[in-house]
Amino acid sequence: MQALIDIDQLDLYYGDFQALKKVSLDIPEKAITAFIGPSGCGKSTLLRTLNRMNDMIPGTRIEGSIKVSGKDIYSSDVDVETLRKKVGMVFQQPNPFPKSIYDNVAYGPRLHGIADKQRLDEIVESSLRAAVLWDEVKDHLKRSALGISGGQQQRLCIARALAVEPDVLLMDESTSALDPISTLKIEELAQELKKRYTIVMVTHNMHQAARVSNQTVFFLNGEVIEYAETEKLFSNPVDSRTEDYISGRFG
Amino acid sequence: MNAKTADKIATALIVTIAAIIILILAGLLGYILIRGVGHISFDFLTSPPETIRAGGGIGPQLFNSLFLLVLTMIITIPLGLGAGIYMSEYAKPGRGTDFIRLVVEVLSSFPSIVVGLFGLLVIVNLFGFGFSLFSGALALTVFNLPLMVRITEQGLKSVPREQKEAGLALGLSKWKTIRSIMLPIAIPVILTGTILAAGRVFGEAAALLFTAGMSSPRLDFSDWNPLSPFSPLNPFRPAETLAVHIWKINSEGLAPDAPEIAAGASAVLIITVLLFNMIARWFGRYVHRKFTATK
Ligand SMILES: Nc1ncnc2c1ncn2[C@@H]1O[C@H](COP(=O)(O)OP(=O)(O)OP(=O)(O)O)[C@@H](O)[C@H]1O
Ligand SMILES: [Mg+2]
Repeated sequence: MQALIDIDQLDLYYGDFQALKKVSLDIPEKAITAFIGPSGCGKSTLLRTLNRMNDMIPGTRIEGSIKVSGKDIYSSDVDVETLRKKVGMVFQQPNPFPKSIYDNVAYGPRLHGIADKQRLDEIVESSLRAAVLWDEVKDHLKRSALGISGGQQQRLCIARALAVEPDVLLMDESTSALDPISTLKIEELAQELKKRYTIVMVTHNMHQAARVSNQTVFFLNGEVIEYAETEKLFSNPVDSRTEDYISGRFG
Repeated sequence: MNAKTADKIATALIVTIAAIIILILAGLLGYILIRGVGHISFDFLTSPPETIRAGGGIGPQLFNSLFLLVLTMIITIPLGLGAGIYMSEYAKPGRGTDFIRLVVEVLSSFPSIVVGLFGLLVIVNLFGFGFSLFSGALALTVFNLPLMVRITEQGLKSVPREQKEAGLALGLSKWKTIRSIMLPIAIPVILTGTILAAGRVFGEAAALLFTAGMSSPRLDFSDWNPLSPFSPLNPFRPAETLAVHIWKINSEGLAPDAPEIAAGASAVLIITVLLFNMIARWFGRYVHRKFTATK
């Protein structure tokens, strides 16, 4: 497998506070990589550097490099909007726009310049199908997205992200606000999506990481403690701190 | 005293205070309306005032008030929206923005007579706009602009962070995110605030005495060329608004029915402001439903 994202010696500071310390990781293409670790260890921070969502927070500073498809995403000639199109994101809380289901999915493509109605219809349908939501909503696409269940909303957010044709999908605890059945659906969906997309997910649920991911990264206090094939990391961790964490002794 | 009695006393006190306030308001409104409503007729609303004889109307004044409102809003809304968006989304929070916010607060709480005199010195004389609707609109902008900036800022700040991030994460530029995601969500707040600010234009008198003037030329309601001096649409003509008219006939009215006219005009003023507020609320809800596809 080839590395799509190559993180090298990354330091990130929020003002004086160093949230990431010399993080180096290769994230392979078309696979699911899970970030685990106790609260506050920097999982979200690292995830949000991948689509430069940290740019908005005043006082953040970065050293080291992150390459996506060989290109340093923090170099000055990178267009952040193009990057974010390629690296989509699904958040912890489902956050559909207060608009119709159709408009939610069509939103990105429309604002990126697609006006043709038929083309938009196709994008909406294929994105909703990819997010395994089409059959549930196809008869009321004009209804408000706020009227569907939380699990459906989260899949709608996935469809919305897919509609701008990303290569990478970042998921920050995207199932933690959902019931077990919806969670399972999203996990199955992720399995399906990894055939076409590179997925990086943050999760607090060890079972989830073990079930769905191909490789797992364990963080502690802004550092990568262990990075391995998921099966290996859970069955045979090298570092004692990893073992303590996955066996639930802290965190 | 135990918690229960304390709670009861507090509740009773709050209810009493609320009741007193409602009574005062209702009394005030009732007094003005009862005294004035009888005098309102189609003729009263459309005919020009009389100086010495009875039977004058408030037609031009009503028109002036509405026209001034439109003019003021044409100036205030784009500037206020722009500045509000800047303050909320672009300016780096710090001393600079705090200072601007302070200035904004101070400006909006300026006594209106001071703004009127400032308008007279600067807008009317120095800039040479004379007594005109345009000068009046600029003077009113002095209070309305700060309000508009604050409303826009608050409206945008009330947009959940998740919505903004969702837009940015789709690769939308900051401006597209603001325009197409945040503003529609903020619009009910902004709209309601705007229309409340507009109500203030309607009721303002002191700031207009020295800027829009206390007289109207004989308006020719068949001439709609904004450049001709007697056209109602000419923004550079002097114009007496309804509130100024009420003040004037109350203090120096010569017509025998001056008190009735003042009462009628006051009632019209109040009814218009009430209508405005109701329309504001309804419109805010309507726009919100339309933008958000909620039924
Ligand atoms: N905007 C910010 N300003 C300052 N410090 C921050 C900011 N955001 C996060 N931090 C700090 O950076 C560290 C890492 O935060 P991060 O959100 O990445 O943790 P996390 O691993 O995602 O935690 P959780 O599992 O609770 O979501 C924490 O100590 C946090 O307090
Ligand atoms: Mg987090």
